[in-house]
Amino acid sequence: MLALLVAQNIAFYIIAALMVVGALRVVTCKNLMHAALWLVLVLAGAAAQYILLASEFVAITQVLVYLGAIIVLFLFGIMLTRAKTGTDDDLDNKKSAKFIGGGIAVLLLGLMGYSLIDGFKDTEFGNLMVQRTSQVSDSIFSTYLLPFEVLSILLLAALIGAIVLARRD
Amino acid sequence: MTLLLASFAPPYWLSTLIKVLVISAVVPTTALILGMVFLFKIMSWMQSRLGPQEAGPRGTLQLLADGVKFLQKEDIAPNGADLWVFKVAPLVVLMSTLLLYVALPASMHLVVADLDVGVFFVLAIASLSVIGVLMAGWSSANKYSLMGALRAAGQLIAYELPMVLAVIGVVIQAGTMSLNGIVLAQNNGSIFGWGGIGFPYILTQFLGFFIFIAAVQAELTQPPFDMPVAESEIVSGYQVEYTGFRFLIFFLAEFATAFAFAAIAAVLFLGGWAVPWLPTASDWYYVLGPMVLFAKVMIVSFIIFWVRFTYPRFREDQLQSLAWKVLIPLALVNIVVTAVLKVVL
Repeated sequence: MLALLVAQNIAFYIIAALMVVGALRVVTCKNLMHAALWLVLVLAGAAAQYILLASEFVAITQVLVYLGAIIVLFLFGIMLTRAKTGTDDDLDNKKSAKFIGGGIAVLLLGLMGYSLIDGFKDTEFGNLMVQRTSQVSDSIFSTYLLPFEVLSILLLAALIGAIVLARRD
Repeated sequence: MTLLLASFAPPYWLSTLIKVLVISAVVPTTALILGMVFLFKIMSWMQSRLGPQEAGPRGTLQLLADGVKFLQKEDIAPNGADLWVFKVAPLVVLMSTLLLYVALPASMHLVVADLDVGVFFVLAIASLSVIGVLMAGWSSANKYSLMGALRAAGQLIAYELPMVLAVIGVVIQAGTMSLNGIVLAQNNGSIFGWGGIGFPYILTQFLGFFIFIAAVQAELTQPPFDMPVAESEIVSGYQVEYTGFRFLIFFLAEFATAFAFAAIAAVLFLGGWAVPWLPTASDWYYVLGPMVLFAKVMIVSFIIFWVRFTYPRFREDQLQSLAWKVLIPLALVNIVVTAVLKVVL
């Protein structure tokens, strides 16, 4: 291991531990609001990991989209709808659902672990280069132009669909 | 003095320590200055009152006295409150304010982190305070605070968009998202070949400036956009159950955020810390930069607070339709026109 990356490794493990604790609390919490707030910790941790990987654009997008918009939408939704805002003992899933969820989690772990190990083998990152935002935008608007446009249209369709579903008249 | 500052190159840990100390001193100071100058003095001048007179010379220390009073008060939480969330909420709001100051450049080198995407960072961080507001409103176990929090969330989401869109015009024109880069682009520009005052983007992005200031006003939940804290109907909204130093933190965060946003507006539209007739590489900016930026911040703050003291409160539907039907379309038109002119010229 390169001496340069020691500090980053330590930071990675601290943040990762916080994220795991947060993620466990999200699913075990009896209070819907608390679960949403623990999710903030997990998503902020993900943003911090992106910064450790020297991709600031992705990190800031994570903050803007997930923390600034999606979490706020969650909290907003919980407060506006008639969901119980206090502690709720029925919040847990049935036993059968738990087993299915656990199975899927193990499957995902195996799949992603295998693809990561297989994909990178013994590659060391060496000196991390800061990923400039201009590089990101250049690649989006040249190499990945078609997927980008297709995604945009997909999102637009979802947006219009949401409006159509929500409108009463 | 300036040479001494320029040749000062501390090790990493020391520079980090200095940055943390400077930020934690600057944030309360800016809140005090804005509160003192505008909330007390200018407001009473506009309303033909005298304002505070007793504490300090001409009442200038009144806010300090108020701060000490808040610190002495008991830290009370309501009976049904969710204690943990209730106590953390003001700190979340304060944290988002502190992070805003990270990217603000006071000169070429007087900046905590000269980010490549400074503008984007600032806009992302500014959206975090909503979480704190929602936490405060929900955990207080009070109808009024819950309603205040809901109004705040709706308003902050709605005005986030025009704010981001208004900034895009400047980013297109400068060709960079770095705050220092935008300052340099304005300082190096010239108006039809005349470089006397550089090229402050307020000249071409006046619409963007107007939208940005309106959105800032709404993000700060200040009148005329103060539905979330409307004293006369929901008795201060999400802050209603807070007292003592936790209320002080909310107050501090609001005014420090106002200062930070005014500084961002000064950087984006008024040329930031630079003076056109002094080269940006000059060592003088170690001293001059913060002073120039402060002067511009005071001008922008004056506009923000002038509006605050002058206009009556918007109704909720007026507030939402202003954002969605006026500001956002205007900002989109501004982007299109700027982009076309950027390519053509």
